[in-house]
Amino acid sequence: MTYFAGEYDVIVIGAGHAGCEASLASARLGCKTLLLTLNLEAIALMPCNPAIGGPAKGHLVREVDALGGQMARTIDQARIQIRMLNTAKGPAVHALRAQADKNLYQWEMRRTLENTANLDLRQAMVEQLKVKAGKVQGIVTRTGALYRAHAVVITTGTYLKGRIIIGSLHYQGGPNGQLASTKLSSNLKQVGLDLRRFKTGTPARIHRDSIDFSKTVIQPGDEENFPFSFAGTPTQRKQVPCWLTHTTAETHRIIHANLHRSPLYAGDIQGIGPRYCPSIEDKVVRFKDRPTHQVFLEPEGYDSAEYYVQGMSTSLPEDVQVAMLKSIPGLENVKMMRPGYAIEYDCLDPLQLQPTLESKVIEGLFSAGQINGSSGYEEAAAQGLVAGINAAHVVQEQAPILVDRSMAYIGVLIDDLVTKGTLEPYRMMTSRAEYRLLLRQDNADERLTPLGYELGLIDEARYQSFLTKRTDVAAERTRLEKITLSPSEQVNKMLTSFASQPLKAAVAASQLLKRPELSYANILQLAGETSPLSSLVTNQVEIQVKYQGYIEKQQLQIEKYKKMENRIIPEELSYSELEGLSREAAEKLAKIKPRSLGQASRISGVSPADIAVLLVYLEQRRRRGGIVHVG
Amino acid sequence: MLEDTIAAISTPPGEGGIGIVRMSGSAAEAIGLATFNFASRVDKPITHHLYYGHVINPINGKIIDEALISFMRAPHTFTREDVVEVNCHGGILPLTKTLEIILAQGARMATPGEFTQRAFLNGRIDLAQAEAVIQVIRAKTDIAMELGVKQLVGQLSREVSAIRKPLLTILAHVEASIDYPEHQDVEELARDEILRVSILCLDKINTLVATADKGRILREGIRTAIVGSPNVGKSSLLNVLLGQQRAIVTDIPGTTRDVLEESLNVGGVALTIVDTAGIRDTADEIERMGVERSRQALADADLILYVLDVTEEWVPDNEIMRAIGAKPCIIIANKVDLLLSVDILTTLSQTVAPKPLVAMSATEMLGLTDLEEAIIQQVFSGSVRAEESIMVTSTRHKNALLRTHTALSDVQDAINLGYAVDLIAIDLHSALEALGEITGENIGPDLVEEIFSNFCIGK
Ligand SMILES: Nc1nc2c(ncn2[C@@H]2O[C@H](COP(=O)(O)OP(=O)(O)OP(=O)(O)O)[C@@H](O)[C@H]2O)c(=O)[nH]1
Ligand SMILES: [Mg+2]
Repeated sequence: MTYFAGEYDVIVIGAGHAGCEASLASARLGCKTLLLTLNLEAIALMPCNPAIGGPAKGHLVREVDALGGQMARTIDQARIQIRMLNTAKGPAVHALRAQADKNLYQWEMRRTLENTANLDLRQAMVEQLKVKAGKVQGIVTRTGALYRAHAVVITTGTYLKGRIIIGSLHYQGGPNGQLASTKLSSNLKQVGLDLRRFKTGTPARIHRDSIDFSKTVIQPGDEENFPFSFAGTPTQRKQVPCWLTHTTAETHRIIHANLHRSPLYAGDIQGIGPRYCPSIEDKVVRFKDRPTHQVFLEPEGYDSAEYYVQGMSTSLPEDVQVAMLKSIPGLENVKMMRPGYAIEYDCLDPLQLQPTLESKVIEGLFSAGQINGSSGYEEAAAQGLVAGINAAHVVQEQAPILVDRSMAYIGVLIDDLVTKGTLEPYRMMTSRAEYRLLLRQDNADERLTPLGYELGLIDEARYQSFLTKRTDVAAERTRLEKITLSPSEQVNKMLTSFASQPLKAAVAASQLLKRPELSYANILQLAGETSPLSSLVTNQVEIQVKYQGYIEKQQLQIEKYKKMENRIIPEELSYSELEGLSREAAEKLAKIKPRSLGQASRISGVSPADIAVLLVYLEQRRRRGGIVHVG
Repeated sequence: MLEDTIAAISTPPGEGGIGIVRMSGSAAEAIGLATFNFASRVDKPITHHLYYGHVINPINGKIIDEALISFMRAPHTFTREDVVEVNCHGGILPLTKTLEIILAQGARMATPGEFTQRAFLNGRIDLAQAEAVIQVIRAKTDIAMELGVKQLVGQLSREVSAIRKPLLTILAHVEASIDYPEHQDVEELARDEILRVSILCLDKINTLVATADKGRILREGIRTAIVGSPNVGKSSLLNVLLGQQRAIVTDIPGTTRDVLEESLNVGGVALTIVDTAGIRDTADEIERMGVERSRQALADADLILYVLDVTEEWVPDNEIMRAIGAKPCIIIANKVDLLLSVDILTTLSQTVAPKPLVAMSATEMLGLTDLEEAIIQQVFSGSVRAEESIMVTSTRHKNALLRTHTALSDVQDAINLGYAVDLIAIDLHSALEALGEITGENIGPDLVEEIFSNFCIGK
């Protein structure tokens, strides 16, 4: 029996990292929002590693924040260690990563959700989507509650038909002992969506007191209290280190001796796992020559005794897992608290999505996170934010927002998913962003905060402080251009002491700052000047001046890219009738229905000639349209 | 995409002996002015007016060709953009050189049909012609693709792959170290190593670019096949045309056992000339393979020189005649020095009409001028058309190589200046992208694959 349980603007199914962002964005934009979760204790669960950020992923978190999302603010409250990675590799790839107190993170997120206006939080298992005439109407839960809504966001992570695999054991279940969502995925098929099966995995957790840390190497956090959020620096708390150890010949022997018990090699796993996160048995088999592999021991929180054994993701039987762990230096007397496992789940083919993350098949239906074929908390959060905003915009009859590849990693992530699709869980990497030098973690606010403000997700105070920073940066750049340094004895002596060539002629301070060996501080010293500006500002000045040449190169590329993005292809275009397209291109185009010529050009199998043909047709159409209007 | 300046050779080379390099786009005029020395002082050229002077290489001031130039300003042009046309006289070589210089000045090689496409998009051509535009794009691309495929299996793409592979490996290494900063597997690649690989690749590219000029004639010349029965004097003919003893000549039928390819210039027209093994059935395994390749050369040829021996009775070879079909062909009656009466020539020329007959003696160098004239006649009358796209493809390749070169030089500069590795990666990316334009490969998927197959990273 179903009963009518209420009416909402937006319903979000699943309270993982995507669902939290989606529901918060929707509620903050003024939509009456319902967030449903299988288990209220599992909100914002981190079932895998206890960390947020890292290269590309950290960029995503900064962008989510700059656009008005939640993840950065919550991790700033729940972190037990912070590091800036890649500091020697150039500003584009500097990346923040925080170790999280998992429980704290969940509680902080739950508190935020519970205290957000317009947002209802409820525990329920969704079994059915209500769809009428190609448009989503609402959902039905296992307990028979029917909720109506104008838009629904599915963020079910790895829960859809989740199946846990440990050796020859397998059972239905979600991650970390959670329930699986059993009925929704067949319903999704019924309403016309294409599903597929992916796989991922996680390592065992062990007890802190069973680790002999003296046999491992300490990995401390940074001294500096870098914030994830542009909103401001969090209070500095005690930092907790991670620890490094490694596998041994004995570990590898144990794995080889038990390979026949691995579900992967026994063919028990059908789901496609990611190349970038192979299990330890995969690594040992594929990289035979490697005598050892790194193993990081990461605390799961301040109070928790659990440690995450990074590098040892596995689906080998439990007894083998214990034996493997014991062969690792420092873990001789290990007490395993939870075994590692592989998990298979249903997800959508993201080629069915528009760049707004709305389904092309069902109006008003959005999806975000692992159900779209991605992996990772950060990738989920980024999509959740965009899906939440656009779901709200559907309800409020506003134009959707599109984050493109030149604006943010978020744009790269979504465009890759909806244009190229993915054959394995998709992980964000810096090498996927072609305009990487412009998509830095330090300037995410520059790129996205104006949009966030316009949307109403960034408040006035924060926007004003952003504007001040921007003005300060511009003013300081102008000042440096005007300061002239002459080849005086003093200046040249100082230059030599900075291991830099002495001057031969007078030069602008901004010009001198381009020398790789000189910092902004050096330049001020040379000029005999001081500056009251914050490091946030001077850091921008330094990057903008130093990398000007490269930045301009990339900006030119972006201009070209934009021209193609701005050529919109009408939705109803019938590709099969376009003479001159190659067959493969016509099929792919008909399936993916690219929004713009730019998107079309990134579809594999669509050649430059096909694009030229499309261009001609679009123009032809435009003119025909013109004739109709005149007539 | 639409606003950049495009350039191409717009008349099939050889027609009338004059070729036109045409540019369209906002930079056309500036590029035209930079690459042209007016014979008399011109401050600002009048639109739609022909000027006489020389095409020069602005880098070193060297004169490329005597030429006429006209500047046609928008909107009264074919494309409705600024158009510049350079009329060169000297045949294919100066023509391609001119194009190269224009490309080096910032124009982009036009894609097949792109001028027409722009004309359409800018409203110059009406709707009815649109279908035709698409056909042009499609048809020319099909040819280009066919050529692309040919080149893919060819020497060039092997060489390019040999450059691409180590670059991809170092880029994968750099990227892996960025995306997985803490992995022992991917300790940062020493700058020396990046430098070493990029220098190595630069060397290879220099060699490729240096051979590109020669290679271009080879690939771009009018493909000409010398065919005929064994021992009629095909190799001797090649040798006289080349002015050197290139092919082995003996009185033993079946001397030439494989296809031999050479390039030469006849009156400004580049020929890629192939001497073939005489086509006949033979038991000799090696010769049979040669005969097979001769058949292929015959099929590929744009122009055929069919040699016969006047001292023997001539029976047209059915297979050869079929292969020739409607292709332009010159019948060469060789060994006329051994002829006692010219009557037979009259008969022959009637038999082969309307195909032209040239009487000559390869050993005595008789009739050579007649042959050259006949070739030029065939080419300039338009019956032989060097396919435009052949030229496009390889000039495009050279251009891509030069861009790879620039990017790799930037890599070196960045390393020498001590720039951070993310900047170096940007230039490595550009280098690989430019190489990818030759081989048609995309770096994205390859790079990710390379990272995960070389490095053992995971959670
Ligand atoms: N007298 C005379 N002899 C010639 C002439 N051209 C070629 N020969 C002779 O004919 C013989 C065959 O010449 P080739 O050039 O090897 O003939 P081919 O057609 O290449 O022969 P294969 O390689 O066997 O197919 C040689 O002995 C040449 O010297 C000519 O114009 N006059
Ligand atoms: Mg011979």
